Amino acid sequence: MPKTPKPPKPSKPTARKATKGGASDASRDGRYDAIVVGGGHNGLTNAAYLAKAGLRTLVLERRHLVGGAAITEELRPGYWFTTFSYALSLLRPDIVQDLELVKHGFMPILMPTTFCPMENGDYLLMGQDHQENQGAIARHSKHDADAYDAFNHDVTKVLQAIKPLLDAPPPDLFSDDPEELIALANLGSRFKRLDKKVLHDAVRLLTGSAADFLDDYFESDILKGYLASTAIIGTKVGPYSQGSGLVLLYHILGEHDGEFGAWSFHKRGNGGFTQVLARAAQSFGVEIRLESPVEHVITANGRATGVAIADGTEFHAPIVVSALDPRRTFLELVEPRELPTDLVDTIRRFRFQGTSAKVNFALDGVPRYPALKNRTDQYRGFTNIGPSMEYLERAFDDGKYGWYSKRPYLDCAIQSMVDPDMAPPGKAVMSCFVQYAPYHLRGSDWDSEREGLGDTVQATLESFFPGFGKLVLQREVRTPLDIERTVGLSEGNIFAGEFLAPQMYFFRPAPGWSQYSTPIDGYYQCGSGTHPGGCVMGAPGKLAAQRILKDRSRAGARR
Amino acid sequence: MIRTTPFHERTSALNETGLWEHWSNHLAAVRYQMSDKFEYFAIRNAASLFDSSPLYKYRITGPDAERFLAGVLARDIRRCPPGHAQYTLWCDDRGYIVEDGVCLRLADDEFLLTAAEPNLAYFEGLIGSLDVGIEDVSDQWAILAVQGPKAREILEPLTDVVATLPYFGLARTTIAKVPVIVSRTGFTGDLGFEIWAPAADALKVWDAVWKGSRGRGVIPIGLTALYMARIEAGLVLLDVDFHSSRFAWTDEDRTTPIELGLGWMVRNLDDSREFIGRDAMRREIAGKTSRWKLSGLVVDWREYDRIYDEAGLVPPKDHTPIQDEYYVYDDDLNQLGYATSQMYSPMLQRHIALARVPLDRSEPGSRVKLELAVNHRYHYFDAVVARTPLFNPDRRTA
Repeated sequence: MPKTPKPPKPSKPTARKATKGGASDASRDGRYDAIVVGGGHNGLTNAAYLAKAGLRTLVLERRHLVGGAAITEELRPGYWFTTFSYALSLLRPDIVQDLELVKHGFMPILMPTTFCPMENGDYLLMGQDHQENQGAIARHSKHDADAYDAFNHDVTKVLQAIKPLLDAPPPDLFSDDPEELIALANLGSRFKRLDKKVLHDAVRLLTGSAADFLDDYFESDILKGYLASTAIIGTKVGPYSQGSGLVLLYHILGEHDGEFGAWSFHKRGNGGFTQVLARAAQSFGVEIRLESPVEHVITANGRATGVAIADGTEFHAPIVVSALDPRRTFLELVEPRELPTDLVDTIRRFRFQGTSAKVNFALDGVPRYPALKNRTDQYRGFTNIGPSMEYLERAFDDGKYGWYSKRPYLDCAIQSMVDPDMAPPGKAVMSCFVQYAPYHLRGSDWDSEREGLGDTVQATLESFFPGFGKLVLQREVRTPLDIERTVGLSEGNIFAGEFLAPQMYFFRPAPGWSQYSTPIDGYYQCGSGTHPGGCVMGAPGKLAAQRILKDRSRAGARR
Repeated sequence: MIRTTPFHERTSALNETGLWEHWSNHLAAVRYQMSDKFEYFAIRNAASLFDSSPLYKYRITGPDAERFLAGVLARDIRRCPPGHAQYTLWCDDRGYIVEDGVCLRLADDEFLLTAAEPNLAYFEGLIGSLDVGIEDVSDQWAILAVQGPKAREILEPLTDVVATLPYFGLARTTIAKVPVIVSRTGFTGDLGFEIWAPAADALKVWDAVWKGSRGRGVIPIGLTALYMARIEAGLVLLDVDFHSSRFAWTDEDRTTPIELGLGWMVRNLDDSREFIGRDAMRREIAGKTSRWKLSGLVVDWREYDRIYDEAGLVPPKDHTPIQDEYYVYDDDLNQLGYATSQMYSPMLQRHIALARVPLDRSEPGSRVKLELAVNHRYHYFDAVVARTPLFNPDRRTA
C-alpha cells in the first residue's frame, strides 16, 4: 500500500483556540506578527518567508487541508487524484532553495514525453532526445523539423528576457517615489538593451495571437496544435485570439531543472508539493489552523489589526495578508467603504470567467493507442488532445457562446506512470484538464451539466483510445463551479484572474496596487491575482513577503 | 570480440537507444530509453533494474580463506560473519589503494569478491603457503541489481528473504526455482538488492523479476542513471575518483583510504591483524600526512545562476554526470585540489561534486571555489564542502 504523505504537524482546528477579543492560551497570547488568510501554495510560501524572517505567523485555512487548488486526494482506496492543479513547472527555483524544500521532501519528477494523438489515428510523440524529436516532427513535416529548432531558439531568447520579471515586483507606474522611478528606468533600459528581434518577438507574444506566431514557423497541424494548446490553458481565448500569445509565453516559461518548457510531476502530485511547503513553513515556526474560514479583516482607523473567523474567534496581528483572489481580497474580506472607489470599480471589472474544468479518472489499466499497439511509455508525460489549432478554436467557439466544448481540448496525464504511488500496481489514475467549460452556462447551470461534461470528455477520450470507457473505475468531474465552491477561486478561474494584458504586471490586480499592498495599512495581498499571476509559481507569495518585510524595516527605521 | 552478459537477450530487446558502452569487455547499456533522467527517478522513486554482470568475480575458498583475506583486504573481514557482505578495499604496502569491491561471505571458508578490473594474478601472488583457492568465476554468475524504494516489495513475492535482510546482509535462496544469492548491496545509495544468478539460468531470474515488477514503475537503467545515483551517494568509481596504485605512474595518481574518505574502514589498526598497507596507514595517521580528503561539494546556486545570467546564457542544470577533473581554488585563486565527479542533482536541486580538498578545508561548511568554463572563459563558483553521502535516505539502511 502506498504510504500517505505526512500531514502537517499539529494544526487541529480545536487546538489553541484563541477566545474572542484576542485573549489567549498560556503559551501564546493569540497575537501574531502576521496572519495569512488562505493556505494555498502562495499563502504557505508567504507565511514561510515571513516566519523565516522571524515573524510569528499564523495561516488560517478554510478547509480541512492546506494546498488550496494544489491538493491530492485519495478518492478511492489506493487511487490518488490531483483534484485540480496537476503539474509543476513555474515554481520559482529560489523558493526551493530559500525555504529548504528539499529537506522536507521536495521531489519534482521529470515528465519526459508529450504524446499528441491525432484524429486520423496518427500521432506526434515528443521526448527528451533532440534528434528523435526532429525525426518525430519530420514524419509530419520536414520543414517543421528545422523550424522547430528556430522556434525554440527565438522563444528561448524571449524567455530569457522576460524571466527576471517573474522574480521582481512590477515598478509602480503611478508613484513619484524615486525608488520606483529608478525601477522603471531599469526596466526600460533592460528592454532597450535587447536585440531588436527579441524585443519584437516579445511584443508579438505579449500582445498577439499564438496562431500568428506559430504560423510564421510551422506548417504541420499537429505540431501547431500541440504548441498552441499551451496558449489557451486556463484562459478564455482561442489560439486565434489576440492575447493567446501571452498565455503561450507563460506556459513555456516553466522549467524543469533549468530547461524551459519542461514539466514535472511532484511526488504525490501538487498536493504532495503543498504538504512539503507546509512542513517547511512549520519548520520556520508557522502555525497552521485548518477549518478556520476567515470572515473579515478587522480594521481600525485605516489599519488592519486582525481577522475574525466564521465562529467569531478573532486573531490579532499588525499584518494581515490575503492569499485569496482579488475579488475576495478587496470586496469580501473588507468593506468597499474602506477602499478608494476607483479601486473597487477596477476589481469589480476584473475578469475571472473561469473556463476550464477537471475530469479525473481511476482506471483499471493504462489505455492503448491503436497505432502504438501495446506500447505505454508515451504516457510518461502529458497526453495532449488538441490535434490542430482549428480543433482548439472550434472548442473555443462553443465556449464563447456559453457552452462547454462538444470536442474539448484535453490536457491529460496518467500520473501513476510517473509516480507509481498514485495508484495500485497495474492500475492507473488519469488527470484531464478540460477546456472550454465556461463558468456561466447559457440556459443551464453546472449542477445540471456536471455529468454531461464528464460524458463529453469520456466520449472524446473514447474516440482516441477505443475501449477507454471499459477501463474507467471511477470518474470525478470538477466544473468551474466546483472549483469556486471547493477552493474559493472566484468563477473557478484557475489563475485567480484572467491572464489578459490589462490584468497583468503594472495592472495586476489594479493600477497602483500591483506591489502587494492595499489602501489599508498592514493589509497585503499575496495570491495569484497579484503579479506574476497564477500557476504553481509561488512568486506572488514570495514577492509579497519581501514587500512586507521591507515595509516593516522602513517603519522600524522611522521609529 | 566484445561480449554480452547473460541478461543480454532481454536487455538488448529493451534498449531502444542502440547505445552501449564497453565495460570489462561486455556491452553495457548507457540508457535504455531516451531520458536517462527518467531512469534516475526510477531509482529514487520506484525501483530500477541494472545489469551488473560485467564485474569481475572471484571465489575464495579453503581453510585459510579468512586469514588470506584478512591479510590482503584493508577492511577486517573477520568482522564479517557468514551471511554478510562488506564493501572493502585492497591496498599496496605503501597504503595506497589498489582497488575496491564487495566481499560476500557465504560460509566460514567461502567468499565471493567483486572487482572492476582483473586481479587474479595479483591475489594469486599473495597466497604463499596458505591453503586457499582463488577462482575467477566472473562468467559463472550474472548479477541483477534491483535498486530503489520499491525494491523490497517487488522482490518479496519472489523470495521472502528480502523482508528481513539487513543492510549488507546476504542469503542463499531461490527465485523462479533458480538457486541465487541475494545481497542487500548496490551502487545507488538507495534501498536495494543484488541478485547473483547462475549465468545459465539468468534469464529465468530476470523474467521473474520483470514480471513481478510490471505496473509498478520499475524500468531498466543504464550507466548514466547509475552514475548519477552513485555521485549523490558519494560512492567512488575506479579510474574516475581514484586509480589503482598498481598502474599509477606517480603518487599524485595514488590515494590512501583515508584520503579517499574511507578512513572509517581502517579505524582500528591494532596488532591483532597484519594486512598489506597497515603500517603505512599507521604512519599516515600518526604523522598526519594525508594529502587530501575526498569530500562532497555543493555549488552556491545563486552565484551559479548569476554568473550564467551575466554571460547571457540560460544557467544549465544538466544532470549528466561529468566524470572528469575540475579544479578547486581558494579565494585568492590558489589551487586547493580538484573535483573528480560532478553533476546537477535533481533530487538535491543543486550542482554537486566529489572533490579532493586539503584537510584544513575538509570540514563541512568550508568554502572553496570550483572552476568551470562559461562562454569559453574560466569562472570560479562558490561551493561549500559537505559530508557524503550528499543524498542519504533512511530507507537505504533501514
